[in-house]
Amino acid sequence: MSHVHRDDFGAKLGMWLFLFTELLLFGGLFILYSVYLARYPQQFSSGGHQLDLVLGTTNTVVLLTSSLFAAMSVTAIKRGERRRTLMLLSGTVGCALIFLFIKYLEWSAKIEHGIFPNSPKLVAGAPGESVFFGLYYLTTGLHAIHVIVGGILIGWIGALVYRGSVHERDNVSLENVTLYWHLVDLVWIFIFPLYYLIL
Amino acid sequence: MSVAESTAPVAGGFWKDTGKTGIKSWIFSTDHKRIGMLYLYSVLGFFLVGAFLGLLIRLELIAPGATIVTAQTYNALFTVHGVVMIFLFIIPGIPASFGNLIMPIQIGARDVAFPRLNLFSWWLYAIGALIVLVSLFTGGGPPDTGWTFYVPFSARTGTNVSLAVLGVFVLGFSSILTGINFVTTIHRLRAEGMTWTRIPLFTWSLYATAWVQILATPIIAITLVLVAAERLLGLGLFDPGRGGDPIMFQHMFWIYSHPAVYIMILPAMGVISDIIPVFSRKPIFGYKMIAFSSLAIAAAGSAVWGHHMYTSGMSDLAVLIFSFLTFIVAIPSAIKVFNWVSTLYKGSISLEAPMLFALSFILLFSIGGLSGLILGAAATDIHVHDTHFVVGHFHFVMFGGTGFAFFGAAHYWLPKFYARRYREKPAIFGWLLMFAGFVVLYLSMQVLGMQGMPRRYYDYLPEFTQLNVVATVASWVMMTGVVVVVWNLWRGLFKGEPFTGNPWGGATLEWSIPTPPPTENFEEEPVVTHGPYDFKGAGVA
Repeated sequence: MSHVHRDDFGAKLGMWLFLFTELLLFGGLFILYSVYLARYPQQFSSGGHQLDLVLGTTNTVVLLTSSLFAAMSVTAIKRGERRRTLMLLSGTVGCALIFLFIKYLEWSAKIEHGIFPNSPKLVAGAPGESVFFGLYYLTTGLHAIHVIVGGILIGWIGALVYRGSVHERDNVSLENVTLYWHLVDLVWIFIFPLYYLIL
Repeated sequence: MSVAESTAPVAGGFWKDTGKTGIKSWIFSTDHKRIGMLYLYSVLGFFLVGAFLGLLIRLELIAPGATIVTAQTYNALFTVHGVVMIFLFIIPGIPASFGNLIMPIQIGARDVAFPRLNLFSWWLYAIGALIVLVSLFTGGGPPDTGWTFYVPFSARTGTNVSLAVLGVFVLGFSSILTGINFVTTIHRLRAEGMTWTRIPLFTWSLYATAWVQILATPIIAITLVLVAAERLLGLGLFDPGRGGDPIMFQHMFWIYSHPAVYIMILPAMGVISDIIPVFSRKPIFGYKMIAFSSLAIAAAGSAVWGHHMYTSGMSDLAVLIFSFLTFIVAIPSAIKVFNWVSTLYKGSISLEAPMLFALSFILLFSIGGLSGLILGAAATDIHVHDTHFVVGHFHFVMFGGTGFAFFGAAHYWLPKFYARRYREKPAIFGWLLMFAGFVVLYLSMQVLGMQGMPRRYYDYLPEFTQLNVVATVASWVMMTGVVVVVWNLWRGLFKGEPFTGNPWGGATLEWSIPTPPPTENFEEEPVVTHGPYDFKGAGVA
């Protein structure tokens, strides 16, 4: 190839377009949520009250903190502070792991109570309840997959920072990965009130 | 006519100038032209597979009752025909093959914005196609739900729906990445002087298409995830017995799948907008309106999905609104047709193969579009819903539109890449067979539908026999035409007469570079000084 083409603005534009697609992916689930909420307000309310508000709030704080670390890592790499960048990225991954662990606690508590897709309790219960928990598992599950993917991406970009191929003059890939991480955070900011607070 | 090998020009350009050969120089290449070729041969292959399945469906319907296959096999045939044609041929068809080959050159770029992502898209396409193929031969056998995967049947059938929807999910991902790549490329990589009003209309149409790919495809992705979840986890979100609503599936399915028909047709309209002025020796009429109407179709087309669901039990108010919006979409489509016809007016028309395909596109697309209005009007739709009228309608726009445009594009652009050309007479003969067979085949279907023959039924009343025989025989004529066209292209591109320079007299940038294009496309970065249809400015008038 005759010349190396580099276009940081273009790279970020592509990432933003990808984030649109992610929003629409979750958007489909939010549409279902709104339609079924209008149809089964009581069952949604009783379902929402069965969720653990303390664990949900803790997870929100954990994820917001992880996003703060991610944002700070961009500033750090632009200042050329490689060690600090690595520490902040580790903090983000650490938060992601805590988030997933808490999610595991929540899910296993629900499963212990016989609330999981196609469980005898849900099949026998009111129709709206099965819909609520079906949506709950699917939405939080899809979000958890995004947390895992985001965590892996942050780990990968951390390795690139460690190797020195992402540095103060070339860091658009780090910025893009943190954009993705903010999306994961943002989606949770919508999931949390919809399932834990407003019902 | 026979051309001796020795007198043939050396096929240079991007075929040779990297010095790399062998399969790895293709399947791991990030050159947009090589990726375009990978897509071209993949989609063409699947088109032929899908067409063969279509022939089998027609053969089964030549007489009432069992003819060649069982009812279950028939269900699988129309399902797989639909899945292959829609997800493996027509959605990636023109944008991923000719879009990749042509678009970066048309805007004066060396490659797309993300070449590695581009290669990854093709790999996802290949993997998705493989998964779909595997789903046919494993598990409970090929899916039998129709390409629409409607619940509750798709959630309960014992056939291999789970794997098939996974394949379509992966194909959707591939489509999204191509869309992101193209939007970024068109925004960021235009050459100096390539202003928005100098972008060729083919590229404009790809730009509008790419936005639809980005904004609509995620919805089908989540919908397919939901179908898989219904099957594997028993989620019950679409199961009325558990409080779910199957109509919500239909909404979510068509929120993608209606805009998807514009993913299929918009690039075809772009092809026609590029071919018509060149073979009329006249600048395009209404450039800005054609470009704008692509965006208008993309935008308005995103809000009309409900017209697939008039009989589903939606509220009457919703039916009224969706019907109104559907008529709105007809306006930008008509703007294009009027502008093409105005371009022809007083032009110096040259009836060569690409032009014949383009002209037949206008006619067939107009018939398809107008019959679409019969379906868009709620009152008439109730009568012909789910009949062969619908099948005839969408084949007019999809095959008569996009299919013919695909072959028009192949005759127009491929010689540029192979530096050899097809023979004109077999091309015209093949086109004539395709066109004649096509009109008889799908008009018969529309009449059958009007008379009340349902689609997707294995058996039919004896009074429908005559027209079904006509349709089946016409399908043989049409396929003969397709075979002649493909064979003539194949033979011509590898052994035909040399093709150099700019014999059509196009004014867009792809005609200003060497034949075949070198890997770098342009020897130096071009500076654009004239519009895409300014033949005087390009020095070809």
